[in-house]
Amino acid sequence: MQRTTSHEALKAREAQLQLLLLLGLDGDEAAYRQFLTLLGAHLRSFLRRRLQSHEVEDLLQEALLAVHNARHTYRREQPLTAWVQAIARYKLMDHFRAHARHDALNDPLDDQAELLADEDHHANQAQRDLGRLLEQLPDKQRLPILHVKLEGLSVEETARRTGLSASAVKVGVHRGLKALAALIRGDQ
Amino acid sequence: MKTEQLIDMLASNTAPVDRRIVTRRFGTAIAVGLLLALLVLLIFFGIRPNIGEIAATPLFWAKLALPATLLAGALLVTTRLARPGVTVGSGWATVAAPVVAVWLAALGLLLSVSTDSRWSLIFGETWRSCPMNIALLSIPTFACVFWAIRGLAPTRLRLAGAAGGLLAGSIATLVYSLHCPEMSVAFWAVWYVLGMLIPTAVGAVLGPRLLRW
Repeated sequence: MQRTTSHEALKAREAQLQLLLLLGLDGDEAAYRQFLTLLGAHLRSFLRRRLQSHEVEDLLQEALLAVHNARHTYRREQPLTAWVQAIARYKLMDHFRAHARHDALNDPLDDQAELLADEDHHANQAQRDLGRLLEQLPDKQRLPILHVKLEGLSVEETARRTGLSASAVKVGVHRGLKALAALIRGDQ
Repeated sequence: MKTEQLIDMLASNTAPVDRRIVTRRFGTAIAVGLLLALLVLLIFFGIRPNIGEIAATPLFWAKLALPATLLAGALLVTTRLARPGVTVGSGWATVAAPVVAVWLAALGLLLSVSTDSRWSLIFGETWRSCPMNIALLSIPTFACVFWAIRGLAPTRLRLAGAAGGLLAGSIATLVYSLHCPEMSVAFWAVWYVLGMLIPTAVGAVLGPRLLRW
């Protein structure tokens, strides 16, 4: 296979993404947003090589949500690519299984350098509307996500508006995003 | 929702991640699992009456060593399998070593005695009930361990389920040792291992369903 990027460039990308993620894990919102944006571009090109084009954006969104929901499982000394690729691969397999495309299960994804080899910033229209799925969540999850994550209000302000406690707001966001992933899988 | 909006949503007001969350979650699961298994033990089986005497003998601690070391090994394997992209590697040896050690010890014991007494060393008095009792005590520990794994992100669900089942089984066996009157290493080598294999197999079967995320 032809390499579009040199080994050094890949290592630099890995280091940059890892730094952004680590800052994000410590609560740096701007770094975390940049991490997800860059990772999204890599994942999109990774997925585009394996899926039909109308499926790519949906699976990308699912994978990004999975990365976010699993972010506490990242170990700081671990290669970032191995972690991300295991998540992307898991979601891809789940997708293939759901669509009974067993042929694609044999796709070897062992080459960890490959994930960061290319990027794709061209987003297609997603088929599934996550905004609509969010509306199906119960209020104690939907309202915290709406205020804290979409309107950017603080946890305290959200607690005041919804009458929930501050910890219930945090739990609501956390559980709500996991519930959103479950809605995407369609098992609830 | 566009991908850009999703990223905005995920990043917005992101809270710092607690670095010790995984340790805390498994610590809680094991502590609660031990307590619940102990409760079930007290209700259904009771602690053997001469526990005070027996606890003074080295053999009693050798008996606890099998489930205790397997607990440590299964915990290592489970927490590795519960994180994406982490290989189990040397973790497998920590699970295999206690079993191999107890088998070798059992073999040594059986070879050192006369043929007639071998069977009683293997079967003891309670071989019929031992594996099922361990499986019963594993029910509450299984629930605790799977709660902990579900808080992480396993990507090999069947394997993670089996490792979690073994962890649950080793906690249950540790507690069951307080009731079990058998003091032959050959007995532990067969029936304790078999007892722990039951929740392990159940974990492998249920893993893909219970651990999906």
